Amino acid sequence: MRHAVRGVGEVLITAGLIVLLFVAYELVWTNFEANRQTDQVSNTLRHSWADPPVTGHGSGNVASSTFVKGKGFAFLHIPALGKNWSRPVVEGVSLPDLTRGVGHYPETALPGEVGNFAVAGHRATNGEPFAYLDKVHPGDVVVAETRTMWFTYLVDRTKVVSPDSFWVLDPVPGHPNRQPTQQLLTLTTCNPRWGSTGRLIVFGHLEEARIKSAGPPAVLVHHKKKATA
Amino acid sequence: MYAWIWRNLPGPVPVRVLISLALVVAVVALLFTVVFPWAEKALPFLHVTVNSQ
Repeated sequence: MRHAVRGVGEVLITAGLIVLLFVAYELVWTNFEANRQTDQVSNTLRHSWADPPVTGHGSGNVASSTFVKGKGFAFLHIPALGKNWSRPVVEGVSLPDLTRGVGHYPETALPGEVGNFAVAGHRATNGEPFAYLDKVHPGDVVVAETRTMWFTYLVDRTKVVSPDSFWVLDPVPGHPNRQPTQQLLTLTTCNPRWGSTGRLIVFGHLEEARIKSAGPPAVLVHHKKKATA
Repeated sequence: MYAWIWRNLPGPVPVRVLISLALVVAVVALLFTVVFPWAEKALPFLHVTVNSQ
């Protein structure tokens, strides 16, 4: 009897320790691991950009050969999330993709393209790039940096929607059959931060397209050194 | 449980301590690389995309 009680007690204590360990894993380890992978993706991308272009069919945009799932092809800079806030944009929105940066919804437009450039990012754990996306307001800017261009998007509105609101990814959000004429931006993350009952959406439109050699747009100038390094 | 493991470890005390540590490390590694990534999928705050269902 005594042995049985002790055995049960040990099992319960062990289970408690495992739960605590899981909390530590989520709050510390996933961020550590995601930041490591994100840095790696950033470095690989900067390096590939430093090399002379191989597939030189440049319409001022990203070469199609760079579109491998999980591979970085652009950077997002959002000054409203922090002076030096910058994350690589990887292709795909699966969990492994979102650990490597922020994820581009496949089949949505590319940065600067007519249509809707849609990106998802974690809001809690796993690097939590969009932890404070609720601090992004209309009038703020989101800059997409590609190999050859800077695309500055202006935030028009933010909205909390239901998780099945696929319409936010439409080329013209909410109008699935309309032919897009504008270059739009959609960012998605979970809402509330530690929940999944909704999605927080940031909508924007392209304000300025600027060739890379002209230097970063004025809103990013304070981290010019980092961007060109 | 732990007493039973301790009794069944071979060797003198220092060796048992080492083996115990190795076992703990192995269990934590298994949790971090297999169990936790699997359990994580059930957490609500990882759902950041909109979907069509």
